Amino acid sequence: MLMILKQLSIFLENKPGTLSAPCRALADAGINIQTFALADTQKFGILRLVVHEWEKARRVLLDGGWTVKVTDVVAIEVPDAPGGLASLFEVFERGSINVEYMYPFTAKQEGKGLMLFRFDDPDAAVKALQANKVSVVGTVELFKRLGN
Amino acid sequence: MSKNYQPGPFHPASAMDYLPLPQLRDLQFQRLRAMVQRACDRVALFRQRMEARSLKPAHLETLDDIAKLPFTVKTDLRDTYPFGLFASPLTEIVRFHASTGTTGKPIVVAYTQEDLNDWTQVMLRSFAACGVHRGDIVHNAYGYGLFTGGLGAHYGAEALGASVIPISGGNTDRQVMVLRDFGATAICCTPSYFLHLIERAAGMGINFKDLPLRAGIFGAEPWTESMRQRIEAESGIKAYDIYGLSEIIGPGVAMECLHQAGPHIFEDMFYPEIIDPETCELLPDGAEGELVLTTLCKRAMPMIRYRTRDITSLNSEPCACGRTLRRIRRIGRRSDDMLIIRGVNVYPSQIESALLAVEGAQPHYQIVVDRQKGLDVLEVQVEVTAELFSDTVGGLEKLQAKLSRSVESVTGLRAEVRLVAPHTLQRSEGKAKRVIDKRKM
Repeated sequence: MLMILKQLSIFLENKPGTLSAPCRALADAGINIQTFALADTQKFGILRLVVHEWEKARRVLLDGGWTVKVTDVVAIEVPDAPGGLASLFEVFERGSINVEYMYPFTAKQEGKGLMLFRFDDPDAAVKALQANKVSVVGTVELFKRLGN
Repeated sequence: MSKNYQPGPFHPASAMDYLPLPQLRDLQFQRLRAMVQRACDRVALFRQRMEARSLKPAHLETLDDIAKLPFTVKTDLRDTYPFGLFASPLTEIVRFHASTGTTGKPIVVAYTQEDLNDWTQVMLRSFAACGVHRGDIVHNAYGYGLFTGGLGAHYGAEALGASVIPISGGNTDRQVMVLRDFGATAICCTPSYFLHLIERAAGMGINFKDLPLRAGIFGAEPWTESMRQRIEAESGIKAYDIYGLSEIIGPGVAMECLHQAGPHIFEDMFYPEIIDPETCELLPDGAEGELVLTTLCKRAMPMIRYRTRDITSLNSEPCACGRTLRRIRRIGRRSDDMLIIRGVNVYPSQIESALLAVEGAQPHYQIVVDRQKGLDVLEVQVEVTAELFSDTVGGLEKLQAKLSRSVESVTGLRAEVRLVAPHTLQRSEGKAKRVIDKRKM
């Protein structure tokens, strides 16, 4: 489904040097990281990335010996104005859409920001969002905006 | 012959597996006498120990008299490094092997041509026992080199008439490709490396269940019954336990038959005893203790009553396969790998079972024991494999707690489970390093 994006998650131990290595491996393969987020605890972390060619990136990371998981996420347009996020979250609440985590893209267009969401049920979430006229940005459109 | 008899895996060389017991005991006694005579004549250390006990080879009147002979221990091999225990001149020695040893100098073992022939025969009988035959393709991923695993399995499988892929250890991606492309039907490696292969293959989109592979000859490190179940469930092959140690000959000291009911010792070549590791008292069949082995035919390096440190028991119950060879119970622990943590006895195999009880967990782990503020602390490091990895912090913390609870329920000890990146723990191509004890005793 084109509305669903693929995100790569990498398991990292929380110790010096573990962040640069996967990024360097992707860089050496000519893969640009569109956006990322780091979830961490005292002992380990999860690096989450969105890249254009996720299959190639996954291969590179697996070959480098990392544990990689592919997760479905959804990109949503959020008005860059007071109340933009609040209205969006209200839609989630009305639709009982459960958010596991979220992080932004740096790209902004015509006064609208882009956020990335991980829902417990991405397909149901997309349906509910579209029914509420929330602008979900699909894969093709997203990478066009990001200049790929 | 019963109606249930199935013409089983059989090779002419397997005939010795079925020797009637009186003849087997006679053969063992004859060979023992000759061996002791040879060692007395040619190995200074053994001769001195016999003299210290006023013993002569002629004093051996029955097989039971073996209990009068002095033991040999691992430090004897270190103390006489490198060639001190050889009973053959170098002109007759055609091969060396060595164990890496985790501390200090390696242990060197040597073979005459006759020894190599004998070793080939026991390995051939090992393969035959688990149904490998001419026409099988044997993927041999034991390391070739000083380690006995690679060459031992190689010669045996070749003598059997199987087609051998001498791939040795390492380069896992290529191993998976060759396994699939050559259509190997049997594989030799350590059980933990096999799990690593399955995992890597899955990452490459290859399911072992779709391959013609049907038998695994696994050894060179202690493993558990739960690991066997895991291997068989994930790959659809039969996993057989092979036992051996370089001091005795290498792999092929004992091997499981198709019934997978514990490895049969090739008793015509290696005489087994079980002793109490504390008192050295001889224990009867069925009792658990340390396995002691005597080589009955070795020329270059006879081993008399070698203390293996492996804890097991001898099973003299008849096996459904009809072999008269006694079996050893699966070796899950060694007399020297027991940890005493906060006064509780713990074996690495218990921790392995506890980890494997958790869905999706792989036995890639290391146990680290430390003493903090006078208190023993047990940490179990577990590699996060693709199966275990959930994308959320909560999921990983739940996994940590589950593993920790499982270890506590098996050992009674609180354990700190630490998730580590894959492939950070030492991989076993020889023997896995499972325990790091940082305590200063």
